[in-house]
Amino acid sequence: MQKLVEIASGVSGGTLSASEVVEEYLKRISARESEIHAFNLVTADQARHDAGKIDNDVKAGKKVGALAGVPIALKDNMCTRGVETTCSSKILQGWKPPYDATVVTKLRNAGAVIVGKTNLDEFAMGSSTENSAFGPTRNPHDISRVPGGSSGGSAAAVAAGFAAASLGSDTGGSIRQPAALCGVVGVKPTYGTVSRYGLVAFASSLDQIGPFASDVRDAATLLETISGHDPMDSTSIPQPALSLVSVLDQGVKGMRIGRVTDLPEGCEPDVLERLEAAFDALRSAGATIVDVKLPSLQYCLTAYYLIAPAEASSNLARYDGVRYGNRVDAADLNSMYAATREAGFGEEVKRRIMLGTYALSAGYFDAYYGKALKVRRLISDDFARAYQSVDTILTPTSPSVAFKFGSKTDNPLAMYLCDVFTIPTNLAGHPAMSVPFGVGADSMPVGIQVLASTLGEQVMFKVAAELERAS
Amino acid sequence: MAEKISQETVIKVSRLARLSLTTDEAEKMTAQLAGMLEHFRDIDALDLADVEPMTQPYPLKNVLREDVIAPSLDRDEVLGQAPTAESGRFRVPPTIGFDV
Amino acid sequence: MSEVAALPNGWQLIVGLEVHVELATKTKMFSASANRFGDEPNTNIDPVTLGLPGALPVLNKHAIELAMRIGLALNCKVQPCTFHRKNYFYPDLPKAFQITQYDHPLNVDGHLMLPGDVRIGIERAHLEEDTGKSTHFGGASGRIHGSDYSLIDFNRAGVPLVEIVSRPDIRTSEQARQYVAELRSILLAVGASDAKMEEGSMRCDVNVSVHKPGTPFGTRCEIKNVNSIRSVGRAIDYESRRQVDLIESGGTIRQETRHWDDSTGRTETLRTKEDADDYRYFLEPDLVPLVPDQSWIDAVRAALPILPAARRQALAELCGVDKDGESAIVVVERGQDDYVREVISAGGDARRAVIYVQQAFAEQGASPKVSAKDLAALTVLERDSKVTSTQAKTLLTDLIEAGGGDVAAMATKRGFEALDTSAVEAMVDAAIAAEAGAWQKYCNGEEKALGALVGAIMKSSKGKADGKVITALLQAKRP
Repeated sequence: MQKLVEIASGVSGGTLSASEVVEEYLKRISARESEIHAFNLVTADQARHDAGKIDNDVKAGKKVGALAGVPIALKDNMCTRGVETTCSSKILQGWKPPYDATVVTKLRNAGAVIVGKTNLDEFAMGSSTENSAFGPTRNPHDISRVPGGSSGGSAAAVAAGFAAASLGSDTGGSIRQPAALCGVVGVKPTYGTVSRYGLVAFASSLDQIGPFASDVRDAATLLETISGHDPMDSTSIPQPALSLVSVLDQGVKGMRIGRVTDLPEGCEPDVLERLEAAFDALRSAGATIVDVKLPSLQYCLTAYYLIAPAEASSNLARYDGVRYGNRVDAADLNSMYAATREAGFGEEVKRRIMLGTYALSAGYFDAYYGKALKVRRLISDDFARAYQSVDTILTPTSPSVAFKFGSKTDNPLAMYLCDVFTIPTNLAGHPAMSVPFGVGADSMPVGIQVLASTLGEQVMFKVAAELERAS
Repeated sequence: MAEKISQETVIKVSRLARLSLTTDEAEKMTAQLAGMLEHFRDIDALDLADVEPMTQPYPLKNVLREDVIAPSLDRDEVLGQAPTAESGRFRVPPTIGFDV
Repeated sequence: MSEVAALPNGWQLIVGLEVHVELATKTKMFSASANRFGDEPNTNIDPVTLGLPGALPVLNKHAIELAMRIGLALNCKVQPCTFHRKNYFYPDLPKAFQITQYDHPLNVDGHLMLPGDVRIGIERAHLEEDTGKSTHFGGASGRIHGSDYSLIDFNRAGVPLVEIVSRPDIRTSEQARQYVAELRSILLAVGASDAKMEEGSMRCDVNVSVHKPGTPFGTRCEIKNVNSIRSVGRAIDYESRRQVDLIESGGTIRQETRHWDDSTGRTETLRTKEDADDYRYFLEPDLVPLVPDQSWIDAVRAALPILPAARRQALAELCGVDKDGESAIVVVERGQDDYVREVISAGGDARRAVIYVQQAFAEQGASPKVSAKDLAALTVLERDSKVTSTQAKTLLTDLIEAGGGDVAAMATKRGFEALDTSAVEAMVDAAIAAEAGAWQKYCNGEEKALGALVGAIMKSSKGKADGKVITALLQAKRP
């Protein structure tokens, strides 16, 4: 399977035909998609059309973008004009946005060829893609196992070779955890580096869009393209696109790598073994390992599961059947709202809306949402202290390899624990990425998480590149 | 933190959220939320009196836009996606028990 | 309009006003769709306006500028501020939350002066966004109760609003009307809004309670649908009586929102607090704090025009009239005070200038057609008794109709000339002799007889004798 950078340089250099490339990917999709179900929608015709246009532009000597001809898949919570965007929810089934998300515009301008919209946990709420209203996605390494979530479809699409790269969104680990479970690279950048305009909001102060790719260089290239200030997003950091590819070969000599000594329990031994191997690899490459403590880590799950549902309960109130989406008619307005949302939302979404509404309601605000915001400050301070003595931190991405379908669906809390290592960086707004590093139980992929401080992407990618070289 | 969440509270919250839970759903939801909130009591152990809440991951301020008109979305395209439209507007059932 | 009697039995009225003002920006508060009244429905829409999935708000810089003008004109402190979400479900609220300001609003602690140097505190003037517009069909009179369905237009959704909240310092319905009128003239003067109540760009909610002095304030009711300055007064008069009557007959006031019906002249229950939503206010995560720096605040303050109260004060001092009187209020409201100044500069009599303009220039606008020089000449003619005041009134009408002209020539053409005092005195002496009966009555203290004498003399002089001069002479001659 080709790398993103190879496709882009080949197509723009005229040595590769974008139409032939996309045909190859569409063939792989035909062969295995019914088994994997990575997509809600494969946009084959449009992809062929776009690829053909790229080829014509190249032949005509016109300038093409940095992702020319590269087949990319998009998580189905990013608005694509005129193309169905469902968030894997019945309430938005059939909805075609009248506008493109900023990242979609950037991809199109870069000449990328969008092959389809990928499956996710409904409204990005979940860690296994089992909460999709349209059926789960299966892990390409073992179809009896979940691909992770919520961006399960985007992770699986890259793992199965359905796209050269894909975009996902990460609120509590929804890029990194499926990346780890599917054996691909997944990056959550610093909050504010990639525009959220056109990303269907789950938790506004936590959501970020990021890339999935089969290697670190591809991920870096894609992230460079989609990052940079956007005036349509008030939380967008006022600085230009990230510059990452140029540092990938700089190595980790002299770097201080943090090992968290008070990591929450529950990590499987096979995963911990891979983490140790990762530390060894970096040590061999000239880095120093330094112990750090993050005492607030153990409270992050609570803070997250109060803050995220609170914001989500407000963000999802707009799904009321008035202006778009599927409505269930009733004799009066209130009944219409209730019937529409009852029919349109799945169980996990309802649960989080309920939790969030409760956490914000009069009399409970200070005890729940108010307190959670303070815990958020604590973890941010913990990280600030830690980064005084280290440049980066390594943790497992997921406590275990991909689990079997249905094994965690009975107890919501058990599912929430999948995100115990990824949540802290969302709360702090820091970047983190998952890099495949060997296999664990049942030969399933294991991902190692590399964390960095605010706007520390270059450090993070240097470490990731080193791990990749060693894996 | 507050006392254990009751089914009565759950039903009140569901009305606030415009979710019409069945009795079974309300029962199940009450048990699940109670379980979660019990788990979330762990933060009660923290002394948060002097801690500033953190609402923004990245400290920006004064993000403003110039007062320049951009073209409207196409009404037909938008109303084409509406559940029910009439005379160029979105149509909804009557708002019984509501104010103007 | 007659003053309504004060509340009976020592009850005191407490009124606070919440006024929502649509700002005169080109675009909406959080997105770049046009802010325009009267366009075809749903033609000024965008993802933010419609609350589409994935939409994000971005603050309109000019809306902040206008909001600061309002705050500074109301003597507020402008401070760093944040935005909150107010969450509730309603079809004209596209995101199912309104972005508003909660515990840190832009403008706080101001005041507005009413005639008679009455000071009304302004608690805050904060930014928020307007909702769309619902029209109800199938029921009686387009009211929501009993309607079959509603149609929603989102053109207005997202229009920038400033909500101005007064302290409950208002004590009479007249003060409430004055407050709204003065607020309106300030908004127009600073260019923040066209403040047209009939178009909805200025909307008043009235909070009314009653109490006996020395006791705590009573439970208040909020009254909505008050769509004119006159209705503000009428609604307060009705509601305060309703509350007094209810309390005196043993009832208690329920804290509620009531709807003012202008056709019946009554308020009705709209919504009680039990049905009220829990708005679950929390900081808007899609926006960042607004911290206007001192140089911006100073620049806005420096660019403020002279406000109506100051203009009335200046005009009153210049013309020797009451700053809270009809002529000062009316002339400044029409923007004609600068014109009056010009008339005076052209040699006109100050007091007569302001009164003439007040009485006759209602249709003239801020730049009257009659030149300052021409009007000045007329004021001088009357001042110097070259024409009587009655004749002056006629000439004023002539002048306005002609759009100006040589007043002296006009007076001559009409055959107007005031008789000089000695000629008038001769006529007065003749009348005293001729109307001996009336004169006797007047000398005996019957003031009414004066009018008959004055009338007779004016008639015989064919209007050339000035009534004021006649009166003064008769009064002087009375033993």
